[in-house]
Amino acid sequence: MPTRSASAAALSVSALAELISTLQARGYQVIGPAVRDGTIVYSPIERLEDLPAGFSMEQEAGACRLVKRNDGAVFGYAAGPRSLKSFFHPAEIKLISAERDNGTFRIVSDAPSPPRTAFIGVRACEIAAVRIQDRVLLEDRYKDTFYETRRAHAFIVAVNCTAPADTCFCASTNTGPRAREGFDIALTEIVDDGRHVFLAEAGSAAGKELLRELPKAEPAAELRKAAEKALQDAAGSMKRRLDTDGLAQLLYDNFDHPHWDDLASRCLCCANCTLVCPTCFCVAVDEASDVDGRSAERWRRWDSCFTQSFSYIHGGSVRHSPKSRYRQWLTHKFASWSDQFGTLGCVGCGRCIAWCPVGIDVTRELAAFRTSPAAVNSQGGSHD
Amino acid sequence: MSALTLAPPDVMIPVAARLATVDKETHDTFTLTLAANSREQELPAFAPGQFSMLYVFATGELPISISGDPAERGKLVYTVRSVGKVTHALVTSRPGESIGVRGPFGTAWPLKESYGRDVLIVAGGIGLAPLRPAILHVLRHRGDYGRLIVLYGARSPQDLLFRKQLSAWNYVPDTLIINTVDYGGLSWRGNVGVVTTLFRHVRLQPARTTAMVCGPEIMMRYVVRELLARGLSDEDIHLSMERNMKCAVGFCGHCQLGPYFVCKDGPIFTYGKLKRWMDRYEL
Ligand SMILES: Cc1cc2nc3c(=O)[nH]c(=O)nc-3n(C[C@H](O)[C@H](O)[C@H](O)COP(=O)(O)OP(=O)(O)OC[C@H]3O[C@@H](n4cnc5c(N)ncnc54)[C@H](O)[C@@H]3O)c2cc1C
Ligand code: SF4
Ligand code: SF4
Ligand code: FES
Repeated sequence: MPTRSASAAALSVSALAELISTLQARGYQVIGPAVRDGTIVYSPIERLEDLPAGFSMEQEAGACRLVKRNDGAVFGYAAGPRSLKSFFHPAEIKLISAERDNGTFRIVSDAPSPPRTAFIGVRACEIAAVRIQDRVLLEDRYKDTFYETRRAHAFIVAVNCTAPADTCFCASTNTGPRAREGFDIALTEIVDDGRHVFLAEAGSAAGKELLRELPKAEPAAELRKAAEKALQDAAGSMKRRLDTDGLAQLLYDNFDHPHWDDLASRCLCCANCTLVCPTCFCVAVDEASDVDGRSAERWRRWDSCFTQSFSYIHGGSVRHSPKSRYRQWLTHKFASWSDQFGTLGCVGCGRCIAWCPVGIDVTRELAAFRTSPAAVNSQGGSHD
Repeated sequence: MSALTLAPPDVMIPVAARLATVDKETHDTFTLTLAANSREQELPAFAPGQFSMLYVFATGELPISISGDPAERGKLVYTVRSVGKVTHALVTSRPGESIGVRGPFGTAWPLKESYGRDVLIVAGGIGLAPLRPAILHVLRHRGDYGRLIVLYGARSPQDLLFRKQLSAWNYVPDTLIINTVDYGGLSWRGNVGVVTTLFRHVRLQPARTTAMVCGPEIMMRYVVRELLARGLSDEDIHLSMERNMKCAVGFCGHCQLGPYFVCKDGPIFTYGKLKRWMDRYEL
């Protein structure tokens, strides 16, 4: 654990304001949580007052409500609908422009260089999700340079989570509530007995150097203890749990379990879960051309395994039933992801639970496979 | 695998090559040859079984296997069956026009691993295209391999690909090429029936045979059954799989088949790897 070093400090609320202005002075565009459209989402931040002090979000299966809190906590909410995926792996990106001249064409890759961005308020689960996307988009056989350029220069101010929502289960996926790596500075917010302070820890040389610039105090042992306790309480208070033991095998073995039909009877295949999920990376590429046929563009867009077109091959989709598409999603996140990339494809952020319009809860659905394993595990029906 | 010289800045960005020739194979299938666009451009080498992503301006991009001779450098050959928007645009492109290329991508047929062994090729329809480079390789290195057997099925005599080449190969020593069609018509003197009916014409030596199979998934299932019944091991049966592909590099997620990405873990897999997944309907 990175405490106990000279790189930890106690910051006041006004020092947090200075953190923002210092980042701005260094040329970063600062992105942080802000109240917007009845929720809290990452938005461009100009000053301390833009942060959602005194707000929280109550989250339940199929529900997310903005509520007031009476302690003025700045980071007193858990994951909102937007994740860092929106920034590093944007919903839409132009891959190329091409210009035609007499049957031949020229490819112009005119990707503008993205701004240097600092993110404030990043939860542990969120950082874990970015690490998972790194594994897919940077550390496999090929590199996604569009992701890389956005990711590489980001400055990350994490917030250790003391206010998990009822939908959270990061303690089960071992991805929170404390951020253990992948940040420049991590804050733990303590609001009690009339004090409002942040225990700040540096996680990188850049973070250490920036902390040096801020007005701060040596953190008292008592503050460290209070932070430790707040995080332990947060982990202990999580309402949802997921037993990850043998999960891959469980799903692989239950390919024909009747619970898939039950799920299919509720799922709308709306793809909300894949869009809000901070690890889902799937994309499609669409062609756009102007009317006179002289120029064309190729756009990469988020796609979802819940659409029928996703698995289309000439003659029909491989996964035409909603049941098979839900099964693909759940099995990818909780089984095949481990085979592919060595971790679960889930960080326990609970977004897919809150933003599912019919309130499907992955923790409950997965548990259902445990309590009633399929009586017969046939090797699939006969095909054709 | 060598990359395209004039390497583009990102693996998702194609390089424009020149369409040199378009040759009609059948009523709906054409062989396209791409050549370098300029003196500086060098088209990449490939291994038999690999595919490229081909891009048609203002239309779209598709996975297409390389069907040419791996020993011939400086060009890339593809055999495309027109079934929809992009394949139609490809086969109706004219020589001199540009086609965007990315790749080659994916795994190859196990030709090195098959030294000294009998090679059994089983193809259905356009599935012969990705197998042709393997056949050409074996023929070019005829002494390095045992028998070469090609069993090939098409819908009708009009759909048989590379007919001239196929009959010429039949004269190479230790090489047996047998065709069949689903529907023969009056003038057809050859075999009629699905490709698995050809197995009765050959005697395999299972311990020394490597099978390379490509065709519709349903056909491959029946072929596998036949090969297993004749004593081939799971690891000596190699299949080329087809899934929707939007990237070919593991980023788009579309090509997943159980734990695999067909684009980078395949398209060629041993049956040993696939058997747990292949029979799962709508996997
Ligand atoms: C590894 C691999 C190698 C292939 N090699 C060849 C080959 O050598 N010759 C050949 O003729 N065909 C080959 N195909 C199949 C070829 O890619 C499809 O026939 C083609 O994508 C159909 O596209 P379309 O726009 O003409 O048809 P449509 O039916 O209009 O398809 C619409 C879109 O769906 C997607 N799509 C449809 N079918 C497929 C498919 N089978 N695979 C992937 N995406 C698909 C494409 O994005 C396509 O643009 C190969 C496919 C794969 C996966
Ligand atoms: S699957 Fe659900 S809980 Fe898991 S990371 Fe994705 S959105 Fe969060
Ligand atoms: S296949 Fe589905 S679950 Fe997996 S990354 Fe893609 S959209 Fe997400
Ligand atoms: S084709 Fe995109 S992941 Fe395989």
